[in-house]
Amino acid sequence: MSIIDIDKWQEIFYALKKNKLRTFFTAFGVFWGIFMLIIMLGSGRGLSNGVSQGMGDMATNAMFMWTQQTTVPYKGFPRGRRYNFNNDDTQALIDNIPEIEYIAPRLQVFSAGENGNNVVRGERTAAFTIQGDYPDFNLIDPVNIHQGRFINDIDIKQKRKNVVIGTRVFEEMFEPDEDPIGEYIRIQGVYFRVVGVFSSKKNDQQAERENSQIFMPFTTMQQTYNFGNIVGWYSITAKEGYKVSQVLEKAIDIMRERHSISPADERAVGSFNLEEEFRKMTTLFTGIDGLIWIVGIGTLLAGVIGVSNIMLIVVKERTKEIGIQRALGAAPFSIKSQIVIESVFLTTIAGYVGLALGVGVLELINNILIQTNASTDMFNNPEVDFNKAISALVILVIAGAVAGLIPAQRAVQIKPIDALRDE
Amino acid sequence: MAQLLVIQFLITTKDNRIDMISLNNINKTYFTGSNSLHVLKGVDLNIEKGELVSIMGSSGSGKSTLLNIIGMLDNYDSGEFHLNGEFIQKMSEKKAAYYRNKFIGFVFQSFNLISFKNAMENVALPLYYQKVSRKKRNIKAMEYLEKMGLAEWAEHLPSELSGGQKQRLAIARALISEPKVILADEPTGALDSATSMEVMDLFHEINDMGITILIVTHERDIAAKTDRIVKLKDGIVDSIISNGERKKWLADQVMA
Ligand SMILES: Nc1ncnc2c1ncn2[C@@H]1O[C@H](COP(=O)(O)OP(=O)(O)OP(=O)(O)O)[C@@H](O)[C@H]1O
Ligand SMILES: [Mg+2]
Repeated sequence: MSIIDIDKWQEIFYALKKNKLRTFFTAFGVFWGIFMLIIMLGSGRGLSNGVSQGMGDMATNAMFMWTQQTTVPYKGFPRGRRYNFNNDDTQALIDNIPEIEYIAPRLQVFSAGENGNNVVRGERTAAFTIQGDYPDFNLIDPVNIHQGRFINDIDIKQKRKNVVIGTRVFEEMFEPDEDPIGEYIRIQGVYFRVVGVFSSKKNDQQAERENSQIFMPFTTMQQTYNFGNIVGWYSITAKEGYKVSQVLEKAIDIMRERHSISPADERAVGSFNLEEEFRKMTTLFTGIDGLIWIVGIGTLLAGVIGVSNIMLIVVKERTKEIGIQRALGAAPFSIKSQIVIESVFLTTIAGYVGLALGVGVLELINNILIQTNASTDMFNNPEVDFNKAISALVILVIAGAVAGLIPAQRAVQIKPIDALRDE
Repeated sequence: MAQLLVIQFLITTKDNRIDMISLNNINKTYFTGSNSLHVLKGVDLNIEKGELVSIMGSSGSGKSTLLNIIGMLDNYDSGEFHLNGEFIQKMSEKKAAYYRNKFIGFVFQSFNLISFKNAMENVALPLYYQKVSRKKRNIKAMEYLEKMGLAEWAEHLPSELSGGQKQRLAIARALISEPKVILADEPTGALDSATSMEVMDLFHEINDMGITILIVTHERDIAAKTDRIVKLKDGIVDSIISNGERKKWLADQVMA
């Protein structure tokens, strides 16, 4: 029983062609099942892609911590007090929390002054956000370096007046064919040398915002813009094997201690646990995926049951023919395999068309999204990965075989003579 | 060549006296709902190798039933049935299929050709179940079509053939696996008398090759062309009429 068995295929095509409309509707059930499964899987992927690409390459084991007003009076201080993190806090965090992988104290200067423009180069002026950062920041929330480099340790130590500019900044402040490296721009009255150009790894407005940023050494910013030893906020990642929530808890305790904040004050130290949020999101998407498979397999199952039903009818119609074949010495296995192969063939062809069309439609949607720039944080790059497509196909073949099993059994259950007598 | 075969067979049968078909007190009852119909009530019948035997009897006397049991298309309730010396009882469908394919060729009143296969493919079908390659079986099918004078119809579908042609096609199909027994249930029932005689001539030729043939028929002149006529009545063998001593005469010729 080889696959390239003309007689077998002759019989299959004869059976399928004999009642074209019926074959079509049967095939359509399976086609629709797999088509919907693919579309849904692709959309689910689009959702998760949208969200995860919105995060770029940001470390998912990260946390952020910033200052807010106190909400509980403590040690003689009234509530509503403001305070700042400082360089000593940074050292205290490093010293007391060995679970910290990277720690990036950060500062930010927004555009200020009349009409908001804070960056000048020759005739050109524009408004950009200025970030004061440590090299570690590029490990926590990385950007693509196009030219030059990111902030380095020497910049920090020597408080150099170097900056790394986003692509939007480059476009605004330079001619397209200019080499910005080594050039100077004036930021709020102070000249800085450009040492690198970066682009965001995120998409959409987030990328737009990042590309309009300028990174300068954290220490330079503290000194140049009179921050003293103030730290704006922290980005911190936990070492592998440690939970971010543990690090966060410790960090908050240390800050409370160091800034005379009541242990009962839940609001004074603001924080965000990205790991936790990411976990919730992953769970959500796993849930969505699971739901899609359940619904998709259900739809597919309906299609397959349709195939099984039709095969039963086909067997009934072919009773006499099967009787003749058995009178001529066809073994039961030969008859059964014929029915099963027919079922698998119908299911697989219909399923394959559904698969191809589903992937095609997803591709089309993706193209439209790209062309119209419509991809968002919510929906981006809908696709089905190869493995899922293959598993869908495998499921189809198995389903086809299962659908053919009962009809095949039915075909050989009846005595040959009764089959022959059938009119 | 054909005569040589017959001689050889006669010598062996004389020594061993093995019957090709041996039926001993065969019983068969059909059950339909609450009704039961005792069709065969103890049939005893022996058919020697190389015999050409006809079965007659009124409609409903159980001729087809008997033939189907011999062809292993149906099973019997009690008694003993030997085919070529082998005891045939309830067996797996796989084994039955093997016997049908190897030992038996069927010819039916309604031809039972496969409508979507052409003449050649129809003839070749039994070899398909023996897993003979398509090329080989088609070559052999063409040989048999030629013998039946149907070579030029090889590519035609059964629906494009006359009744006589269809029956010759069916006979070719029954022969291709070189069976020991041909079972024909009213093979001329759907043919005019001239075509019927042609078919009978064909059966004689096949019989001369040494193949045992059992024909169920209603027609006297068909039965008259066989060695023996078995008459079924009320579920038993009523009488057996010998139709001349053709075989014996031939054997005497050889001995002398
Ligand atoms: N599958 C069956 N179920 C029930 N009864 C059956 C079945 N097959 C045959 N019979 C009955 O058994 C009896 C013998 O049938 P059978 O076909 O052997 O007769 P026959 O001698 O071949 O008749 P005919 O000359 O009309 O072909 C009939 O009465 C028939 O109705
Ligand atoms: Mg009959």
